[in-house]
Amino acid sequence: MRKIVSLILLAIVALGIALCVMNIPFGAPKTKVGNHYINKGREETGAANIVTSVVLNYRGFDTLGEVTVLFIAAVGLSAVLATRKKKVEKEIEPSSMILNTGCRFLFPLILFFGAYIFVHGHLTPGGGFQGGAIIASAFLLTYLGCRGRRVSERRIKVTESLSGLVFIVVGLLGLAVGGQYFLNNFLPKGILLSLFSAGIIPIIYIAIGFKVGSEIAGIIDKLMEES
Amino acid sequence: MSFISNYIYYIGAFGLIFIGLYIVLVKRNLIKVIIGLSILDTGINLFLISIGYIRRGTAPIFSKINIEIARMVDPVPQALVLTAIVIGVAVLALALSLAIRLYQHYGTLNLRKIKDQRW
Repeated sequence: MRKIVSLILLAIVALGIALCVMNIPFGAPKTKVGNHYINKGREETGAANIVTSVVLNYRGFDTLGEVTVLFIAAVGLSAVLATRKKKVEKEIEPSSMILNTGCRFLFPLILFFGAYIFVHGHLTPGGGFQGGAIIASAFLLTYLGCRGRRVSERRIKVTESLSGLVFIVVGLLGLAVGGQYFLNNFLPKGILLSLFSAGIIPIIYIAIGFKVGSEIAGIIDKLMEES
Repeated sequence: MSFISNYIYYIGAFGLIFIGLYIVLVKRNLIKVIIGLSILDTGINLFLISIGYIRRGTAPIFSKINIEIARMVDPVPQALVLTAIVIGVAVLALALSLAIRLYQHYGTLNLRKIKDQRW
């Protein structure tokens, strides 16, 4: 009964969506906004990666909101999971030497790769969100491989708060120096395709990389504690 | 045939969305419902990306100086999806933590047996 009702409901929704989507041409040329970003983005922001310039320059305030959503989800997770205080010491079987050594060898390399991804966010595909996810995967590797090793919760919180603060302070500095709007790109744009270019974009992307990495590492830490 | 080749990405994206919605509506296990939400999320991301696609397009990145501007795809949906993926991971973790608490409280993940979750 429940399945039939659900299928009928889905069929009605599918019909409505199909009638709407038929009118959106697939693969047709872009909207006006996208054309403006592609044609003028290099001069206006100095970043070679147009997606980065949209994320952090044209829609920077929106990104601040999305980082806040991420923060609230992480805080909500720790609030849900941290109600009980009794710690049960579990017998953890230590991992074998090969696994242990391999994890300890790979951990700094993955951190380095993540840092590379978010430092070059304005030049190549990648950026703070992707680099942060890679850094969190390094912590996941140590939790799975070298069992019993933990990152201190306090350090994660300090990194997260400092990087969030950097985002807001840079935005307010833009407001104070340029006087036009929040997250104003007040630093010199530099030469296209060089590392030190695009004004405040690399600074904010490094902050986002640290923030996302520490938040997802904290989520992994909480969920591993629960398991 | 031309309909399928014209709208293949939309069909795939909405296929994922409907699979996710069906799982959310029908399944009784809470973990399966969360998996359905994750599939739904993926389908919406794919739909947003495919709206911005243009035929034979390239990524909107000026990796070389002389690159064809007219073939670049729309950067706006890509920028939206970029953040939506990371937020999706965090929200998935939040849902799983709620599932852990529900299991500890009721001793089951079957939504039929949990009194407040039945519909």
